[in-house]
Amino acid sequence: MDPILEVKNLSIRYHGAPEPAVRNVSFTLGRERLGIVGESGSGKSTVGRAIMRLIDSAEITADTMRFEDVDLLNASERQMLKVRGKRMSMILQDPKFSLNPIQRCGHQIAEAYRTHVRCSKAEARAKAVKMLEQVHIRDPERVYDLYPHEVSGGMGQRVMIAMMLLTSPDLVIADEPTSALDVTVRLQVLRILDGLVKDKGIGLVMISHDLNLVRAFCDRVLIMYAGRLVETLDARDLNNAQHPYTRGLLAAQPRIGGSRAPLPVLNRQDSWLTPQAQGDAL
Amino acid sequence: MRQSKRRYAGVAEQGVSILITLFGLLILTFVIGRIMPTDPVRAMVGEDATREVYENVYRQLGLDKPMWQQFLIYLRDIATFDFGTSIRTGKPVLEDIARVLPATIELATFAIIIGAGLGTPMGVIAATNKDKWQDQLIRVFSLMGHSMPIFWTGMIALLVFYANLGWVGGSGRMSQFYIGLVPERTNFLLIDSALAGQWDVFRSALNHIILPASLLGYSSSAYITRMTRSFMLDQINQEYVTTARVKGLSRRQTIWRHAFGNIRVQLVTIVALAYGALLEGAVLIETVFAWPGFGQYLTSNLLIGDMNAVMTCVLIVGVIFIGLNILSDILYRVFDPRTR
Repeated sequence: MDPILEVKNLSIRYHGAPEPAVRNVSFTLGRERLGIVGESGSGKSTVGRAIMRLIDSAEITADTMRFEDVDLLNASERQMLKVRGKRMSMILQDPKFSLNPIQRCGHQIAEAYRTHVRCSKAEARAKAVKMLEQVHIRDPERVYDLYPHEVSGGMGQRVMIAMMLLTSPDLVIADEPTSALDVTVRLQVLRILDGLVKDKGIGLVMISHDLNLVRAFCDRVLIMYAGRLVETLDARDLNNAQHPYTRGLLAAQPRIGGSRAPLPVLNRQDSWLTPQAQGDAL
Repeated sequence: MRQSKRRYAGVAEQGVSILITLFGLLILTFVIGRIMPTDPVRAMVGEDATREVYENVYRQLGLDKPMWQQFLIYLRDIATFDFGTSIRTGKPVLEDIARVLPATIELATFAIIIGAGLGTPMGVIAATNKDKWQDQLIRVFSLMGHSMPIFWTGMIALLVFYANLGWVGGSGRMSQFYIGLVPERTNFLLIDSALAGQWDVFRSALNHIILPASLLGYSSSAYITRMTRSFMLDQINQEYVTTARVKGLSRRQTIWRHAFGNIRVQLVTIVALAYGALLEGAVLIETVFAWPGFGQYLTSNLLIGDMNAVMTCVLIVGVIFIGLNILSDILYRVFDPRTR
């Protein structure tokens, strides 16, 4: 099967920055769930936004960056307008900030549909309400008319998911979709997302710093460190990771009922930054 | 049910705060009237009056009574709309103001329409093209509007557009020829002339107002542009703007449909403030254009110590600002669901 997304040697350098934020990242994505894991500043979100072509102030180079039949490196903004929101979309981190505070939730969902499909307001509303049902909102007609400050974080994120999956895209990038949520609703929201992704056969890129979530909800995992891809492995093999960075991360996870001894601290090594180490890991 | 109750409580609360502000304002104008280094009696009776006449008037004005009684009398007068007589014009102050304030309101309203109509889009364009040539150009343009003294631009503009090019009317509210032709009903010349069907006068008035209004509008657009630009810069880095772009909206749609809605609240506040400043009277431009407006009236009365007129003018400026604040509070609620 053809991959949905193919990225080869992607490097991103923000204007005015001495070092690239991302260098030589390569991966492909089929109809699967791919996790990208790394610490803050490792460049994982930047990769996601570069794929959506949302970064204006950076130099993006790659051998290949292709989404289905679209060459993401050379596509014009006009072409991107037809792709963004229709064939690929992105779930952002915190519904408190990612929803427009002065527009009704439902209106914002319907807009995602109306941007790409010519239809009446009533039709878009019906679509949005149906989508709200699919993200397990019990009273969708009521929630449609609420403002973002009137819904809880978990509900806000489900509104976000509804908005981004309404057009049945082929690729969804979820940028830390549950980091801003209470631990209690995290799993619930992720299960909803996971269910929809499986039903619709969507390719999912899940950007996260939570190894356990990625292990549970992804098929494959990319580990990023300082803008580089240090390791790629199947999610179920995560415990057998080879790279010392991944192993360090795993070791630094607290366990319920585990010993009370201080957790090991990551012992960073300069050698992780050399191409040599990267090659070894891959 | 509970929501409507809360709304009533909010309105009541606002009503009380308006009353308190108004009371403070009255104290202020009263104090200004007392501490000004002018002698209201002397201003009234003249230099040559005898001691007897002077003391008679002194008592008539109630100046021999204790301060708190004087304040109560002042409150009573205000409550009955008795603002006294202007020494300079010999007419009731209220009558004078009914004549000069409409002239200024006309000018200020024109000016703020031009200022906001020009400043808002320029601010948005500058913000969305930050540091590009559009931004630089707009910043220079608005800096000029901000820093050129308006009496100077006024004279230059009269010289160029009236004397040389003849595109617009000169000073005054209309051509000398038409003065006295239109019955004064509202004292808004544009409205009066339209009511009377005097379209020649209407056109002349329009011709005369356009230049001073443009200059005032330009200078307040400078402020509005800068503020719009900085409000907009705050918004375009917000996540919801990214969301809008992810949905496939073009940059322009993102700005006008999403970001702009979120700066309306702040924008309303500064436009209201700018409008208030214009209503307070643009003395300089009124002088240059011989515009018989509020600013000129206030200044000339202040210079000769015509205290009844000055106190009333200050009171009116205060009331205008209170009114504009109420208006922007109401618009807040309309524009931002979070404040409802």
